[in-house]
Amino acid sequence: MDTTIKNSNLKSEEYFINMGPQHPATHGVLRLLLTIDGEIIKKVEPDLGYIHRSIEKMCERDSYQQIVHLTDRMDYLSSHINNEAVCLTVENALQLEIPDRVKVIRTIIGELTRIASHTLWWGVMGMDVGALTTYFYGFRDREMINDIFEETCGARLTMNYNIPGGLMFDIHPNFVKRTKEFIAHFKTKLPEYDTLLTGNVIFQKRMKGVGMLTKEDAISFGASGPVGRGSGYSCDVRKHHPYSALDKVTFNEVLKTEGDSFARYQVRIEEMWESMSIIEQLIDNIPEGDVQVATNAVIKLPKGEFYQKVETARGELGVYINSTGTKNPYRLKFRSPGFSNLSLLNHIAVGGKIGDLVASMATLDLVIPDIDR
Amino acid sequence: MNISLNITKTITELLSGFMSEGAANIGAMVTIALIYLAIFAVAGLYLVLLERKIAAWFQLRLGPNRVGPWGLLQTMADALKLVSKELTGTVKADKFLFNLAPYFVIVSSLMALSVFPFTQEFQAFDINIGIFFLIAISSIGVIGILLGGWASNNKFALIGAMRSGVQTISYELSVGLSLLTMVLLTGTLQLSEIVEVQKNGWLIIQGHIPAVIAFMIYMIAGTAETNRAPFDMVEAESELGAGFHTEYSGMKFAYFFLAEFINMFIIAAIATTVFFGGWLSPFGITESIPWLGVFWFIGKTFMLVFLMMWFRWTFPRLRIDQLLTLEWKYLLPLNLLNIILMAVIVWLNLTIQF
Amino acid sequence: MSYFGDIYKGIKTLLTGMSVTGKYFLTSRKGAITQQYPDNRKTLKMFERFRGEVVMPHDENNEHRCTGCQKCELACPNGSIEIIWDRQIDPESGKKKKMIDQHIYHLGMCTMCGLCIEACPTDAIVWAQNFENSVYDRSYLTKVLNQPNSKLKAGVEE
Repeated sequence: MDTTIKNSNLKSEEYFINMGPQHPATHGVLRLLLTIDGEIIKKVEPDLGYIHRSIEKMCERDSYQQIVHLTDRMDYLSSHINNEAVCLTVENALQLEIPDRVKVIRTIIGELTRIASHTLWWGVMGMDVGALTTYFYGFRDREMINDIFEETCGARLTMNYNIPGGLMFDIHPNFVKRTKEFIAHFKTKLPEYDTLLTGNVIFQKRMKGVGMLTKEDAISFGASGPVGRGSGYSCDVRKHHPYSALDKVTFNEVLKTEGDSFARYQVRIEEMWESMSIIEQLIDNIPEGDVQVATNAVIKLPKGEFYQKVETARGELGVYINSTGTKNPYRLKFRSPGFSNLSLLNHIAVGGKIGDLVASMATLDLVIPDIDR
Repeated sequence: MNISLNITKTITELLSGFMSEGAANIGAMVTIALIYLAIFAVAGLYLVLLERKIAAWFQLRLGPNRVGPWGLLQTMADALKLVSKELTGTVKADKFLFNLAPYFVIVSSLMALSVFPFTQEFQAFDINIGIFFLIAISSIGVIGILLGGWASNNKFALIGAMRSGVQTISYELSVGLSLLTMVLLTGTLQLSEIVEVQKNGWLIIQGHIPAVIAFMIYMIAGTAETNRAPFDMVEAESELGAGFHTEYSGMKFAYFFLAEFINMFIIAAIATTVFFGGWLSPFGITESIPWLGVFWFIGKTFMLVFLMMWFRWTFPRLRIDQLLTLEWKYLLPLNLLNIILMAVIVWLNLTIQF
Repeated sequence: MSYFGDIYKGIKTLLTGMSVTGKYFLTSRKGAITQQYPDNRKTLKMFERFRGEVVMPHDENNEHRCTGCQKCELACPNGSIEIIWDRQIDPESGKKKKMIDQHIYHLGMCTMCGLCIEACPTDAIVWAQNFENSVYDRSYLTKVLNQPNSKLKAGVEE
């Protein structure tokens, strides 16, 4: 765009603006260096590292049991699934046979985590586009899941319920009852999300046709999770590489082909329905049995490389362990979904307004500790 | 009960008992100004409290309930805190304009209050171009916002201020035109006269279809005039942090904040006067007790204020270009059509009168 | 005409949205989800598994179950637990036995992962449901879990 006015001394300039690290729309300490022409975004440069805690390096120091609790603090909204990823990697390396009870409980709690994460995202999404009330409605429903977690695992956010070889302890006797109560409650509240926000004409105008991402771009940027599926890229790890009890349940992979912010929004809303259906299939059929397999007090992985990926609420989380046969990993690498999804931001936000940037960033559902680790 | 609410006359008479006529007039003006200032400083504070309470009830919360009974003293405490805070500013700010800006905003909103007929007698300044005066005054406030945003030497503030300029200039058209639609019906711009006309039925009933359309357009444009959600592009906390008042602190910030709420009251009060019969009671049930008009006026105004709060706590925010699309492609053409429709209705005498 | 159709549909969706918030407004009296936190301290009860802080329960004879095996110290990822121990002569059996002098717990470093309690073979340490852990000085967060002059309960073996 030619920004100078013809035959005039007047001219406009691009300017820089720092969005973050302390900014209400970045959901954490993410700094975006924006190049703006008036209201139009010319360039977005994410600047990372404000909450880097070198978790990967700390993992090289810790034993395999201790690694698990560090992953709580990466993507804190799907902490259980992060724990599960590390435990699955270690169990696969040790070739442990995990009891069915553990697998089913892990899957149920994992899907509850996904719903909790998506309800929080929905609330924050509404807040980013200016509808503040959604925040509290989202939190109301998330609170019930947090109570379930607190009763069974002892913590609401950083649960650390998994250990290599199973679960730390059995589920609380109230777990099944409370989960059923939640599903019944949430089935009446989820349609309300649609009437309040999804159908709203202002919201649709803000979301539709904004933040366009084609399937090819989604694949080449390494997008995963709802971001990739909103562009029609079938990337659900639960479907393609089922882990835990996910091979026993039937569910649909939600795919939208529009590739705009609204498609990503819809994918998450529909995923909540799918997660509820998974929980309903499993909650009545939790098999009896042990919740732990005996492991050595000091776990030593065989020499070699091990990789396991799971589907967190944000996308594909990969855990790569390079072991030299000692009690600590030689190298441990997390392939976090947030990092590659963030790399899209410049691609989808350029050319839009400041408001579009905030709205498309909200649909990427970034959790900054997941990006920085 | 016979309470004299014609305050100007009463105070002038009281003062002229012991001083000359000119001094008495000036004294009366100062007294009335002080009364209005005091009433609306307190009213502004309680509007803030009301907003917070209503927001809480929409959002399944309790709202402020710790300071005083039911949290009634919360905003007083907040104001005290703001008074005691240091007034900061950026080093490279244009100091004079930076300090001037809040006064533009608060003075313009307080000035507008003077022309409202709270009852038949209780009106400080019954000017014969009342509606024009209101429209003119309400657009001065934006100068304060522009000055504040520009002078603070902050890019977020500047973006907010420029958005505000664009928005207010556009939506003033709709506010003005929708009020003019009703002026076609009343044939006068004087606010007390407009209320008199409505003794035959409130204007929203007299003017039926075009009046309802005008009311809807007025409420949308009025919400935009006050820079409130869903048109809060000026502050847009998820985009700009705090918008034009990013660099303001203490009482200077409080002026902006208070002005927003008094502006909301003004917009609702104009709508009450023009569409809902001002201080007139429904079906004239309390016609024999004139001073009750205050309660009817305030009651109707607060209903409309509540409506604006309901908007705010339900809708997402528009984007700046959508905001302008709404005005120039929807509200303005509809408004012009509506004026013609109203003219036809008045011409053919199709109004509903009791 | 789609122009007026759009306006009609737009207004309709806005009104449906307002009906949702309006419904909650009307039922707000009983629907509040917030807790009046410091006021409800008496009725606020945490779940029994809640991880507040690590404590060492003592019975009425001032006896605990910690043998000083240091498994918790090893399991802790952050070094929150330090055990100062000594070999002393057991007055009953007359043999030399490992006894704890101080079981030091740094609450400020604890991430509440629960690995120490999993590791404990004698259930000497458990979770307390206390969650109000703020203090004015960091040094208060370093706690000695065993009470002064407490001793190992008889019969608890590693």
